[in-house]
Amino acid sequence: MLENNLKFLEETFKQYYFDHFDLIRVPDRSTEREYGYKKFNSGMSRHISLKTDKDLHLLLMTNLPSDVFCSNGYYSFPNLPMTEKDWKEADLIFDIDAKDLNLPCRKDHTCIKCTSCGEVSLLQDVCPKCKSNKLDRLSLPCQNCISGVKKEVLNLVKILTTDLRIDDKNIRISFSGNEGFHLHVTNSSYNQLGSKERGDLIDYIMFRRAIPERFGFKKNNPSRSSFPDLDDPGWSGRVAKDLFGSKSKRSKGITKIISDGYPVYRQRLEEMGKNSIGVKIDPNVTVDIHRIFRLEGSLNSKSGLAKLACENIEKFNPYTEACLIGDEPVEISANSPIEFRLKNRGFGPYTNEKISVPKYAAAYMLCKGIANLA
Amino acid sequence: MISLGQDEIAKYPFLAEAGQYLNDKGFTLEQFATDPDLKIIVDKAYERIESAAEGKIYNLKTDNSSDKDIILPLNVFSFLIAIVLLKLSGLNTLINRFSLAEARRAEKFLERDLVSDSNKTSEEFAIKIFRDVFSITIKKAGDYFVIPISDYLQHAVNFHELEWKLVNRHVENGMVFLTPHESARLIRKELGGYIGTKIRAANTPPMSKGFEDKVHKLSNLAKKFVVDTVVSTEIPPCIEHAIEALNKGENLSHSGRFMLATFLLGRGQTVDEIAPLFKNAPDYNEKITRYQIKQVAGETGGNRTKYACPSCEKIKSNDLCFATPDCDNIINPMQFGKKRL
Ligand code: SF4
Ligand SMILES: [Zn+2]
Ligand SMILES: [Zn+2]
Repeated sequence: MLENNLKFLEETFKQYYFDHFDLIRVPDRSTEREYGYKKFNSGMSRHISLKTDKDLHLLLMTNLPSDVFCSNGYYSFPNLPMTEKDWKEADLIFDIDAKDLNLPCRKDHTCIKCTSCGEVSLLQDVCPKCKSNKLDRLSLPCQNCISGVKKEVLNLVKILTTDLRIDDKNIRISFSGNEGFHLHVTNSSYNQLGSKERGDLIDYIMFRRAIPERFGFKKNNPSRSSFPDLDDPGWSGRVAKDLFGSKSKRSKGITKIISDGYPVYRQRLEEMGKNSIGVKIDPNVTVDIHRIFRLEGSLNSKSGLAKLACENIEKFNPYTEACLIGDEPVEISANSPIEFRLKNRGFGPYTNEKISVPKYAAAYMLCKGIANLA
Repeated sequence: MISLGQDEIAKYPFLAEAGQYLNDKGFTLEQFATDPDLKIIVDKAYERIESAAEGKIYNLKTDNSSDKDIILPLNVFSFLIAIVLLKLSGLNTLINRFSLAEARRAEKFLERDLVSDSNKTSEEFAIKIFRDVFSITIKKAGDYFVIPISDYLQHAVNFHELEWKLVNRHVENGMVFLTPHESARLIRKELGGYIGTKIRAANTPPMSKGFEDKVHKLSNLAKKFVVDTVVSTEIPPCIEHAIEALNKGENLSHSGRFMLATFLLGRGQTVDEIAPLFKNAPDYNEKITRYQIKQVAGETGGNRTKYACPSCEKIKSNDLCFATPDCDNIINPMQFGKKRL
């Protein structure tokens, strides 16, 4: 990142933190957590322990981080190296990101940035300017993707509160600061589980590795009555809904499944997990019991938006509510082939133009790498 | 500790305090070593270890009576003396095998006790074992037992069959539904671990003349099972799991064996080094095993292809992957532990 861009972002982030100390707090049991942070243009510092909100604010003011993280794990000695930390338990965490949904609209709001010459252009295989194929993909705001992610989040919450019987009160949903949502489950009976056990929980939530026998199809003599029914609890009910649609179509559906045979049904279950009823969480996040996870209230350096808790996810609009940087005008030269909206205001498209935009939009485009300070 | 009746102690002899039990019955260890009338018990104890070593579940055979008053104590004594013999021999392989076999024997009783129409006290006792020994609260729900998901997962992850995965279970309201058979099966490994720990923690009595001959026979018995391949450097969880399964004499699927062999060949081990790992497999046949490894190594067979270790994805699809954070997005187990830039 260019020196003056970097200075600008550091200053902007610092200003945000200074103005929003109320939003950025240490979580419960802070002394048992590990903290970490990244700076623009440099690597990760971790194994940090913080006691109070004040300690955290001091860290933000003195280190000018680009991203701040806090462990889902609880340790006796959070600031020692991993092997000596003495792990006690870890909150169950989830990340649902628009890129994992891979919706058809994605190509319309993704552009490429050439890592050789820096050209930004619409999605294509090689750089139109220098023909290099070393390209970074950048995704810009999309309400459709956000709606898709919200739907997944609600499906996940449903499974957590019914099948897994996690108390609503213990689930915290937040916007990730870029294009996804995080779920944080505290105080549940699942906190003690290790990675292996969480791996099995992940397969459950994503509906992976389901076998036909469990869903009614005995290899040799399938019996009609053992197929799932729409009001069965858990996966049986959800599978039945997806397979049959309605109670009246169940009987016909079963006849078809049996005549198609076992391997077809097996395949079908697998595809249902991938394409319909499985919840698209990022398994690498949930399996990790030593993760340092983005801290609520902090800014995401991929966008300059804040990771923010949402009380009512259905109504939450991240591109206005999590856009918390100020709006004084900033001169930039921007290069965005795609139009996007922040704070109900449209920006772009720009082709190497010098423009004056509010600070939040300048920070957004600098973070995305599609603008430079003028 | 659980209080035990005569019946229960015969089914679950590992719950008894050995010294206390002998005392209560008015015996000393010395008597078993010397009294010719008690020699039959020492013989039974040896048989009990021998059948365990062969992977069988011990079934007490008596010549004449089916008299409860004889059979029940004989069951307990043979167990206790078996432990004495094992301690004197100091042979870990046999202790492991014995613990596993005893666990499976107990599992059968547990299952029977949990089945609904068996008598109420037995059922309560079985539930108590779950709670007091393994800290699992199981509750009856119709023909099923229900157990909290988090408890279930901690035990079920030890199984590699797909049917044990949570997604293939009836789950409702934070609970997993299990049949009596499945409930008992769920804790087999822990039961084995529990018995093994108790045996290891027991005091080793001084050697008596009367036990020498049996202890000597045990070390011959154990020789059949010694595996002395040492696998060094960092091993990914999938491979570790496969080796562990084989060492315990559990069955490993064909794809599991293929993965293990190709991995070790890839790490530069030879057929001679690898073959002994399979020694404890229930269907071990040295010739066939060596031939199969050679084939994988491309040292024999028609096309002489040397096979490479399958990808993590392939291993996952065979349900043999036990990824930990250390696997960190590698795509082949061969990359495990190698620093990537
Ligand atoms: S991720 Fe790869 S190396 Fe790790 S356990 Fe799974 S298959 Fe083995
Ligand atoms: Zn270029
Ligand atoms: Zn979209």
